[in-house]
Amino acid sequence: MSGRLTAENFHLWYGENHALKGISLTVPEREVFALIGPSGCGKSTFLRSLNRMTDLVEGVKRKGRILLDGQDIYLPGIDVTRLRKRVGMVFQKPSPFPMSIYDNVAYGPRIHGVKARSQLDGLVEASLRAAALWGEVSDRLKKPALGLSGGQQQRLCIARALAVQPEVLLMDEPTSALDPLSTGKIEELILSLRSRYTVVIVTHNLGQAVKVSDQAAFFLDGTLVEWGPAPELFGMPKDRRTEDYITGRRSLDG
Amino acid sequence: MTAMMAILFYILLRGASKLRLSLLIGQPSPLKGEYGFLPGLVNTLYIVVLTLLAAVPVGIGAAVYLNEYVGRSGRPSRLVRLINLMVEALAGIPSIVYGLFGAVFFGEALRLGYSILTGSLTLSLMALPIIIRASQESLAAVPQCLREGALGCGASQWQMIWSVVLPCAKRGLLSSVLLAVGRIMGESAALLFTAGAAVNLPKNWLTHPLASGASLTVQMYLGVSSGKYIDEAFAAALALAAVLLGIYLLAGILGREDK
Repeated sequence: MSGRLTAENFHLWYGENHALKGISLTVPEREVFALIGPSGCGKSTFLRSLNRMTDLVEGVKRKGRILLDGQDIYLPGIDVTRLRKRVGMVFQKPSPFPMSIYDNVAYGPRIHGVKARSQLDGLVEASLRAAALWGEVSDRLKKPALGLSGGQQQRLCIARALAVQPEVLLMDEPTSALDPLSTGKIEELILSLRSRYTVVIVTHNLGQAVKVSDQAAFFLDGTLVEWGPAPELFGMPKDRRTEDYITGRRSLDG
Repeated sequence: MTAMMAILFYILLRGASKLRLSLLIGQPSPLKGEYGFLPGLVNTLYIVVLTLLAAVPVGIGAAVYLNEYVGRSGRPSRLVRLINLMVEALAGIPSIVYGLFGAVFFGEALRLGYSILTGSLTLSLMALPIIIRASQESLAAVPQCLREGALGCGASQWQMIWSVVLPCAKRGLLSSVLLAVGRIMGESAALLFTAGAAVNLPKNWLTHPLASGASLTVQMYLGVSSGKYIDEAFAAALALAAVLLGIYLLAGILGREDK
């Protein structure tokens, strides 16, 4: 129970489209792992495979294994809701539920059966503190979450994900819809989460990847080009294609 | 639009002079030479409630099934398209055909006779396509990111629907129910064959659904066809038209605010 993720020769197809071609890597526990690469390279698909959100797409086929603490998450009989409780997710677009701030954070614990008011109060406060939002909202927990700014909404979504006490937090371009100030706050937050959670983050922003990640992986055309400690990957990439991408020498987008 | 205005204007012209509260909530009394639509009003309330009891759970359930369970892929599956086609077809059947079907199926085969229950079950079949289609639209308007957010917290499909999708769509769902209420209150042909034409107040409030009872619209029809209460029928029609206008207006406002 520590939040260590391993992919072993993982393939995924959307219908005829071979979106992931034999991905093998290990996400160490309690580190920030950045997935980078041009649009359509498969990094988001890989992220969504880690908590089986790709199950929702019709016509998905896959091969290979993804292990969470050594257990294959795609084995038949795996409880997907339990998996998603252990592997939480924050999405690109801040998407608080149209309820109060409190109810948003309490949503996860409630569906997992926490009823006691004192326990919920504790979880809500702890999660909002961990998401660096408590100071801004502690006096208006009963107000609608949709009244918050975009950056606050995204930190609320992070608090919502933390409230179910996951081991891993997946973040799919969590700052792409936010202004620089909010982005900075979220980046600080990601660094602070590292002590308690394994974080896997997809980002288009290389500066962000450099700033927040311990490990990084470069994806291109559904393949994993290389991965390893972030300073090495960004400082002295082994593969020419990685170097081209991070130096912007050749546009791989499009 | 012009035709509607013309009809409303004509009803207003013919009905306004006789329209008073005592006509709507009074009882017909041949001895005193008075007429009243209370029996029809009460029967209509019974019919609205019973029809909704049957049609709302099934209709919203069907919409949830179509939109959340089988319709979540990129393109609608063959099953969804087939069901949608049948819903369209159901909506296009003339009400008199529903009336005949209801009389034969609920009335005779299920031995419910001429009764408010037979009429309500028949009308619930007519209300279903309205509720299914409008509910499906309002469910489809719920942003996908909210569903993902709920599933991402570890909610099961059903928990996600119950705690996020339905609350987010509640205005649209209410609007679909109001559309159905309007349809029920305005229906007459299907009821003539099924709920009968008894213009009486309930003798027993509990067993009244098993008794024959003319709805407000049927009572109007009877009043006109007897030749004695034509102006009174127009007055009731005016009141009904005003109520229906309000219901549809509210349904429109609720349906729009969802999006």
